[in-house]
Amino acid sequence: MKKSESFRGLLAIPYAIFLVLFVILPLVVVIYYAFTNGDGQVSFANFIHFWQSTKTIGTLLYSVAIAVLTTIVCLILGYPVAYVLAKGSFTNSQALLMIFVLPMWINFTLRITAMKEILTVLEGNLAYHPFMNTIICMVYDFLPFMIMPLYNALTKLDDSMIEAAQDLGATRTQVFYKVIIPLSVPGIISGITMVFLPSMTNYVVLDMVYNSTYIMGSLIGSYFSSYDWHNGSVISIILLVMILVVTLISNRFTAPEEQRKARV
Amino acid sequence: MADMANDNLIELKHVRKVFDEDTVVVEDFSLDIKKGEFVTFLGPSGCGKTTILRMLGGFDVPSGGEILLNGDDITKLPPNERPINTVFQKYALFPHLNVYDNIAFGLKLKKMAKKEMDEKVSAALEIVDLEGFEKRNINTLSGGQQQRIAIARAIVNEPELLLLDEPLSALDAKMRKEMQIELKNMHKKLGITFIFVTHDQEEALTMSDKIVVMADGEIQQVGTPEEIYNEPANLFVADFIGESNIFKGKMVGKKKANFAGYTFDCVDDYEVGTVIDAVIRPEDFMITTEEKGQIKGEILSSDFKGTFYIVSVLSGKNEIEVHSLKNYDIGAKVGLCLEPDLIHIIPYDTSINHYEAMLGAYEVERGLPVQFADFSWDIDPEQIFPGCQVEDGVLMDAHGKVIETEGMIVDAFFSPDDLDLSDDAEAGVVTGNILSFLYVDDHYQYTVRSESEEDYVVNDEDLWNQEDYVSIIIPKDKVVYKIINS
Repeated sequence: MKKSESFRGLLAIPYAIFLVLFVILPLVVVIYYAFTNGDGQVSFANFIHFWQSTKTIGTLLYSVAIAVLTTIVCLILGYPVAYVLAKGSFTNSQALLMIFVLPMWINFTLRITAMKEILTVLEGNLAYHPFMNTIICMVYDFLPFMIMPLYNALTKLDDSMIEAAQDLGATRTQVFYKVIIPLSVPGIISGITMVFLPSMTNYVVLDMVYNSTYIMGSLIGSYFSSYDWHNGSVISIILLVMILVVTLISNRFTAPEEQRKARV
Repeated sequence: MADMANDNLIELKHVRKVFDEDTVVVEDFSLDIKKGEFVTFLGPSGCGKTTILRMLGGFDVPSGGEILLNGDDITKLPPNERPINTVFQKYALFPHLNVYDNIAFGLKLKKMAKKEMDEKVSAALEIVDLEGFEKRNINTLSGGQQQRIAIARAIVNEPELLLLDEPLSALDAKMRKEMQIELKNMHKKLGITFIFVTHDQEEALTMSDKIVVMADGEIQQVGTPEEIYNEPANLFVADFIGESNIFKGKMVGKKKANFAGYTFDCVDDYEVGTVIDAVIRPEDFMITTEEKGQIKGEILSSDFKGTFYIVSVLSGKNEIEVHSLKNYDIGAKVGLCLEPDLIHIIPYDTSINHYEAMLGAYEVERGLPVQFADFSWDIDPEQIFPGCQVEDGVLMDAHGKVIETEGMIVDAFFSPDDLDLSDDAEAGVVTGNILSFLYVDDHYQYTVRSESEEDYVVNDEDLWNQEDYVSIIIPKDKVVYKIINS
């Protein structure tokens, strides 16, 4: 008995090495660079610089604006699609869902290039509406990531809940606001996390549609390509903290039933 | 609106429901439900009872017929506009709301004042014995408590009709018994009309004023629990409600029936010679000594069941089930006695196993083709036209008159005793699934439904199971034909 347990312990060693090499060590390096200056001394100057520079604050706000707008548009477009697929009487809703999710399997640059061409035809010159074009491409790129969790949450929603609400006198609209939306909150939250964070950093999309404004991702890229490890690391840490906060908040909503029970 | 004189709350008129264009779930269902009644729909799963309930609740729209509430047509009214509330099988409580908000859900939609709402919610909680549970989270409640909240959530709206869809099926046996009594008391106290759906016959017998026994989308019998138990309208009801011994027999005199090899006095009066099924409950036999018994037999087995023994008595070839308070030794010779009013006589259904078929043109090499709904075969014309003759390939009757067989409709009868079942699909002429079966005398009586929805009754000694896919072997020469029109 003991022997087999110690053998199982040995099996974990490769994973432990992997974790140390590719997760913990890089994190330590990033933290080290963020809190040191060029001379290797401990310093908070990089952080102070980030919060004092109008350029970096502007980038942060611009990133947040893009991410918020992309998420809202994805939610508004994705919710009805997910709802119809999950609750409609299609004989093969799985296949229909696949059609919506299919773009995820096609190379990202190819998809954006295609969208770019369409927008060029429509607008003549992409340079006139850089912000709008960025949002359109981001939405096109991230929509499946919104639909999937919403679809999963809505298929789990028992039809008898909807019938019970109707039975108690709710109209179709009331059923939607009082039962369907509240019960799909976990799906909404995980959809938001799936879309919000990538759209804050995905600067490739901006590059491709000739949007020269920086977002957080481009800022990191520009610092690192000019060998400024310290400022690049600071922004990485700031993003990391933001992600952590958003995840903690969303976990509160999506906690499994047992945990929610325990909290009462 | 026309007839407010009658006190019917609900009138179902020729209601029909078809799913996917050809699956008939409910067929020609007509029923009146009086104000304040406790009505139970009882039947095996798939009999259409839940569909009826869903049509009353407004979740399904009938394919035909109409539903009246207080004389007004509500057939197509959406659920939220009906003064009807439902207790769902899986409770369907809202997990994002606490107990108070669940119960107040309907009241809030009516924009009721907060104070009145508080009073109604706590009154409803008192009825279901969960005072002070307002703030509790739904997920922290036990199954029985959730069940009570579901009931409170429905009755707080003071509906005219409360629908209960197998609400007790998820509870354990003891809790179920308690809830049965509580629901019955609640019904008395509230004065609301209850429609209860269940497949549990004991539950139906305990709780209802009126039981509607259903099978295969149709009503089999409507009556009080006593009527349903003591006077089953047909063998399905007799077999489904409680345990029954079924014997095939015949009326042999005024109120005298012969079955199981003996003649008995009974209280049902049918014409002498009528073929009958006699239904006798196992608890209605009295076991006495061999000399005193009307039926003589030998104990085959005796199994303890807690409050009684299930004693199996072999008399001739018949195996008779008797419930007895006393244990008997296996092999002991005993006699069985029966009071005349405990024998329930059902006239034998003579319409079974009669099928319409169409004849084709006679050919010398083939014979006479007969086309049934499920199959066709060629027969010797003698079977339909005794004494017929063939001259130059033309079929003529005994007097030499030509018979035009093509297009002629005949009735064919297959005696259940002549038919046989096989699990080899190629062995018989018809295949189908076993719909139901009964134990009659010393054999099983199976009803097999073919793909074209024809029912065949087959007597067979072997045990098959419900839903089994079987083929029916029909001996060609045993079929009895009768000409309907030429």
